[in-house]
Amino acid sequence: MVSEIRTDDHVRGPADGELVVVYADFTCPFCAVAHERLSERPGVRRVFRHLALKTKHPRAVAVARAAEAAALQGAFWAFHDAVYADQGRVEDPHLWALAERLGLDVARFDADRRSATVAERVQRDTQEAVLAGAMRTPTFFRDGAPDTDLYNDLVRTKR
Amino acid sequence: MSDHGAPPQAGSHRFALPAGTPAPEFSLATEDGGTFTQDDLRGQTTVLVFYPFAFSPVCTDQLQVYEEVLPEFERRGAKLYGVSTDATWSQAAFKQQLGISIPQLSDFEPKGAASRALGAYFEPAGMTNRAIVVFGPDATVLWSYVADSPGDLPGANLILDALDAAEDEERAA
Repeated sequence: MVSEIRTDDHVRGPADGELVVVYADFTCPFCAVAHERLSERPGVRRVFRHLALKTKHPRAVAVARAAEAAALQGAFWAFHDAVYADQGRVEDPHLWALAERLGLDVARFDADRRSATVAERVQRDTQEAVLAGAMRTPTFFRDGAPDTDLYNDLVRTKR
Repeated sequence: MSDHGAPPQAGSHRFALPAGTPAPEFSLATEDGGTFTQDDLRGQTTVLVFYPFAFSPVCTDQLQVYEEVLPEFERRGAKLYGVSTDATWSQAAFKQQLGISIPQLSDFEPKGAASRALGAYFEPAGMTNRAIVVFGPDATVLWSYVADSPGDLPGANLILDALDAAEDEERAA
């Protein structure tokens, strides 16, 4: 089981929408597809949490931490959407440029993404997902349990 | 492309060997050219993670996810090993590419002999099944699992729950 909405969660969608907790990786192409397809569904209230496996992609953890640094300046979803729209640019210079484009204080962004607080946040989400049974990115949870049907529909179905 | 099945749930799975079964004789090849046998199970809890093939995408996910929570296994005194019928050289390359630390054991020659003895061989495809066998420090089976399909991935939580349950039983005994 994973926890329901927390006060520090990243949430978007209507307050009375169907709650979907998405554990995802910014460097994972399946996660980008799932993001696009989930965005097409009306009435979904989405929670984003990190499933950043350090061995999966060399930039998985770094980009997750950068997203949390952007969140500290109120730009989590803008950062989220921008990275998923352009996953080929996730090295440090790309992240600095993105932070600047989003109007962030780049020096603060750079310090925050290397902070222990941000590292612990990403680690917390990832550990929680794995210990609740997540075995791939992305993993969707509904009612606290992994929802394979939603994964198959959003990720595995050809369109 | 086939769909992924529903995630396995605790208590509703097939098992490779019944709990309490003493380890049969078996021999697997280690990465450094040595052997790993039933005698190496003694002294600590051992989790053998059988997977079909090195470099297949699903296996990649499985070992990378387990790697993420290795401290949870260590906290319970358990040591993980990956087991497949790939040659040690292939397993070493696989491990290196994944960037994982989980040691690999090869059941290459005679192919699948150890996996068959441990109830973890998938005869229809001539490969190790998606299976897990957990041995206690006395080399008897604590828990085991065989996937309904080799594409189904057992979550780390299933193994950790089994380790916790075994410890609870031991305390209660």
